[in-house]
Amino acid sequence: MSTTKKLAGTALAVALGVGTLAACGDGDAKGKDGAVSGTPKTKQVTLVTHDSFASTPAVLKAFEKETGYTVKVLKSGDAGTALNQEILTKGSPRGDVFFGVDNTLLSRALDNGLFTPYEAKGLAEVPEQYRLDKAEHRVTPVDSGDICVNYDKKYFADKKLAPPQTLDDLAKPAYKDLLVVENAATSSPGLGFLLATVGKYGDQGWEEYWGKLKANGVEVVDGWEQAYNERFSGSAGGKKAKGDRPLVVSYASSPPVEVLYAEPQPKDAPTGVATGTCFRQTEFAGLLKGAKNEAGGKALLDFMIGKKFQEDMPLTMFVNPVVKGAALPELFTRHGVVVAKPETVAPDRIAKNREQWVKAWTALVLK
Amino acid sequence: MTARAGDGAQSRAAGTGVRATAARLALMALPLAFFGLFFAYPVAAIVGRGFDTDAGWEPGRIGEVLGRPDIAGVLWFTTWQALASTALTLVIALPGAYVFARFDFPGKQLLRAVVTVPFVLPTVVVGSAFLALVGRGGLLDELWGVRLDTSVWAILLAHVFFNYAVVVRTVGGLWAQLDPRQEEAARVLGASRFGAWRRVTLPALGPAVAAAALMVFLFTFSSFGVVQILGGPAYATLEVEVYRQTAQLLDLPTAAVLTMVQFAAVGLILAVHAATVRRRETALRLVDPALTARRVHGAGQRALLGGVLLTVAVLIVLPLGVLVERSFDTPAGYGAAYYRALQDEGAGGGTFLVPPLEAIGNSLEYALAATGIALVVGGLAAAALTRRAGPLVRGFDALLMLPLGVSAVTVGFGFLITLDEPPLDLRTSWILVPLAQALVGVPFVVRTMLPVLRAVDGRLREAAAVLGASPLRAWREVDLPLVRRALLVAAGFAFAVSLGEFGATVFIARPDRPTLPVAVARLLGRAGELNYGQAMALSTILMGVCAVSLLVLERLRPERSSGEF
Repeated sequence: MSTTKKLAGTALAVALGVGTLAACGDGDAKGKDGAVSGTPKTKQVTLVTHDSFASTPAVLKAFEKETGYTVKVLKSGDAGTALNQEILTKGSPRGDVFFGVDNTLLSRALDNGLFTPYEAKGLAEVPEQYRLDKAEHRVTPVDSGDICVNYDKKYFADKKLAPPQTLDDLAKPAYKDLLVVENAATSSPGLGFLLATVGKYGDQGWEEYWGKLKANGVEVVDGWEQAYNERFSGSAGGKKAKGDRPLVVSYASSPPVEVLYAEPQPKDAPTGVATGTCFRQTEFAGLLKGAKNEAGGKALLDFMIGKKFQEDMPLTMFVNPVVKGAALPELFTRHGVVVAKPETVAPDRIAKNREQWVKAWTALVLK
Repeated sequence: MTARAGDGAQSRAAGTGVRATAARLALMALPLAFFGLFFAYPVAAIVGRGFDTDAGWEPGRIGEVLGRPDIAGVLWFTTWQALASTALTLVIALPGAYVFARFDFPGKQLLRAVVTVPFVLPTVVVGSAFLALVGRGGLLDELWGVRLDTSVWAILLAHVFFNYAVVVRTVGGLWAQLDPRQEEAARVLGASRFGAWRRVTLPALGPAVAAAALMVFLFTFSSFGVVQILGGPAYATLEVEVYRQTAQLLDLPTAAVLTMVQFAAVGLILAVHAATVRRRETALRLVDPALTARRVHGAGQRALLGGVLLTVAVLIVLPLGVLVERSFDTPAGYGAAYYRALQDEGAGGGTFLVPPLEAIGNSLEYALAATGIALVVGGLAAAALTRRAGPLVRGFDALLMLPLGVSAVTVGFGFLITLDEPPLDLRTSWILVPLAQALVGVPFVVRTMLPVLRAVDGRLREAAAVLGASPLRAWREVDLPLVRRALLVAAGFAFAVSLGEFGATVFIARPDRPTLPVAVARLLGRAGELNYGQAMALSTILMGVCAVSLLVLERLRPERSSGEF
C-alpha cells in the first residue's frame, strides 16, 4: 500500500519542480499583459477578435497614452469561429469590445443581441455606405476590403493571354482549369466570392454560373492558406509548392502584400487583381453586452475609427480605412487597385439566404 | 516476468485490502477532479447545449441527424479510412519494428527519435510539407508522374507518416525484449523458421500488435488536420465535421449528435484496447533489449535494413527535410534571412505585437506547465492503477484516454461556457492553454509509467524496511531509482506532445502570447514571401526542439520498459 503513496510522492515532487519552473516563466508573462494584480480592472480594456487582427504596437501605446487604458487583445480563431464563441458566451463575455464581424455574418451577431448600442465619436466621418446599422449603432464600421480573383502576371505574360477581368471571363474556355477557390462553407473569402456571384447573377442565375465554372475546371480547397500558399502559382508560397493555378480567390490587397514581404521589394507586384470579380467586405466592431469596462470599450471604439488606427490598418491587416481622409500608404496607392464597382448583397438578404445558398453551393460544386 | 507487485498483494490480509482501496481512492481524487472539471464537465455542457433546444430536450434528433446522407457518408469515410490507414501503417511499420528491435546499426537512437518527430508535430506544419512528397512536382510526381494530392492516398500515407512511430515503439519495444533463444529452441526441436516464428514469436507479439493497431486506429479515426489539409473539402472525418458544425456553422445540435457517436466509437476502441493490454501483461519472458540486437549480416538482413531505411527516408525524412530546405531557400539563395527576420518586432506586420521568436519562449513555458500538470495528474493516476483491480478502476484507465479521441473544438468551446464563473473564471487565463495541453499529455504519462510501476518488486521495499530504513529512505533508495527514468521519459513525452499541440490551443482565446504552432499558422495565414519563409523557419525550430527532447528521451529509455510509446 505504501508503494503507491510513495510513487505518487515521486511524481508529485518532480511535477512540482517542473511546475515551479513554469511558474517562474509565467511571472513576467503577466507583467507583459499588464494584468498586474492590485491595479484596478477598469484600467484595462479587453478586445476580443479573430486571428487576423494586427496592429502596430506603437499605435496601441498611443491609445494608452491618450486614454489611460491598456489594451489586452484576445484572439480566438478565424472570423467565424471568433464570432461563434462570442455567441456562446453571450451575456458573460470575455472582453469589452469585439472586432471582426463582417457584413456576411453581421446578421448572426445582431440577431443574437451581442452588442450594446453606442455611437462612436467621429462616426460622421464614415461614409453612409459602410454604416449598415445606422439606425441603432450596435456596430461601428472599422475597415473594408475587397475579395477578388488574383492572377499570376507572369503566367499570362508567358502565355500571351490577357488575364480575366470579370466573372463572365472566368467561365470562358480560355481560362479552363486555371482557377482555384475556397470552400464557401468554411472560408470567409470563399463565401465572399460566392456572394459576388449571387450579387452579379441573382437568385436564379448564380447556380447556373457555378455549373459553368465547374465545367470549366474550377478547383475548390478548404481554406485561403491552401488556395493561396499551395495552389496559386503567383504567390511566394505557391511558387515553392509548385502551385499550378494562376487564378485564385484572394483579396484586392494581396498584390501590395506580396511586394511588402519580398526582399528586395520588386518594382511591380507579381500578381494582379481582376477588378470585375470583387465582393466588398466591411468589418465591424461593437461594445459587448455585459462588458466589465464599458467606458474603456467606448474609448476603444472611438479610437478605432480615429486617424491613427485607421491609417495603421492597411499595412497590418491589409484592409482599407473607412474614415474619409485617412491616407493610404504609398505601397497601396502604387500597387493596389481601386475597385470601382464591387458586387454587394444587402445584409438582410444575406441573413435570410446564407445557409441555403451555401448548402446549394455545396451540393452543386462539391458533390 | 514472474514476480509482480500485484501478486504479493493478493496474499495479504483482507484489512490491508480495504486500506489499499482507500489509498487508491485518495490517489484517484485529484486525477478524477481534474478530468471531471476540465474534460467531462465542459464536454457534457456543450453536448447538453446541443440537445437542449428551444423545443426542450430532443434525443430523437440522433436518428434524424444520422439518417442524413451527408452524415452517413462522413461516418462511412471515417471508418474505412481509419481501417485502411491502420492496415497500411502495420504493413509499412512492422518491418521497421523488427529492424529497430533486432538489429544494431549506427545512428539507431537518432533514427528512432527522428521517426517519432512527426507524431508530436502539429499537422498544420507537416501537412504542407507532405505535399512535397505526394503533390504536384513532388518526388513521386518527378519520378513516376504520380500525383496523390487530391486523392485519398495522400491521407492514408500521411497517416502512416504520423503513426509509424506508434508501431515501431509499441511493437518494437516488446520485440526487442523477447528472448530470441525461445525461437531458436523451437527450431532445434525441428520447427521450420516460419513455424517457429508463428508458434513462438507471433503469439507473444500479438497483443502488442493489436494494441498498436488500436492506437493507430484511434488516432486516424479522430484525424483532423491531415484530412483537412490533404483531403480538401471533399473528404471529412467525424472530427472534421464536428469542427465545421461547431466552429463554423454553430449548429450545436448536429455537433452534439456527432460528438456522441464519436464518444461511443472511441469508448469501444478503448475498451478493446484495455482488454488487449491486459492480455499483453500476461507473463512473458523478457530480456534486456541490448542482448537481443545483433549486427546485420547476410544479404537478406542487409536488404531488410536497407528497405526499412529507404522507407523512413522517403516517407519521413524527406517531408521533414522539405520544411528545412524551404526555411533556408530565400530569393537571394540559401541563407538564414528568415531566421533573422524572426527577431524583428515588426515581423508579421504587427500580427504578433512581439518578435515571433518569443513564441519559442511561450511554447516552452506552456509546455513546461502542461508537463507539470500532466505529471501530477498522470503520475497519481498511474500510481492508483498500479495494482490490478476491478472494472471500476479499469474504466478510470480508459477515461484518461478519452481526450485523445474527442475533438479539440468540443473541449475548447466547452471551456467557454463552463469556466466563466469565479473562482473558475479561467476563460482568458493563460493556465487554460497548459490545462488543455495536459489533457493530451496525461494518457502518455499513464501509459509510460504504468508498466514500470507495476514491475517494481514490493519485496525490495520490504527488505529495506527489515534492514531498518525509514519509509522515506526506502522510497528514496528503492522506488526513486527504479521509476526515475520512466518519470523522465513520461515527462519528455508530455513535453513534446504539449509543444506540438495545436487543436485546443487555437480554440482558446488567450492574451497574445502565441505558441509555436499558433505562430506558424498565423504566418501561413498571410500573403507574402517573408511570412511564408518565417513560417517555415519557425516550423523548423519547432521540429528541432521536438527532436532534441525526443533524443534526450532515447538516452533515458528505461532498459526494461514495455511502455507503449
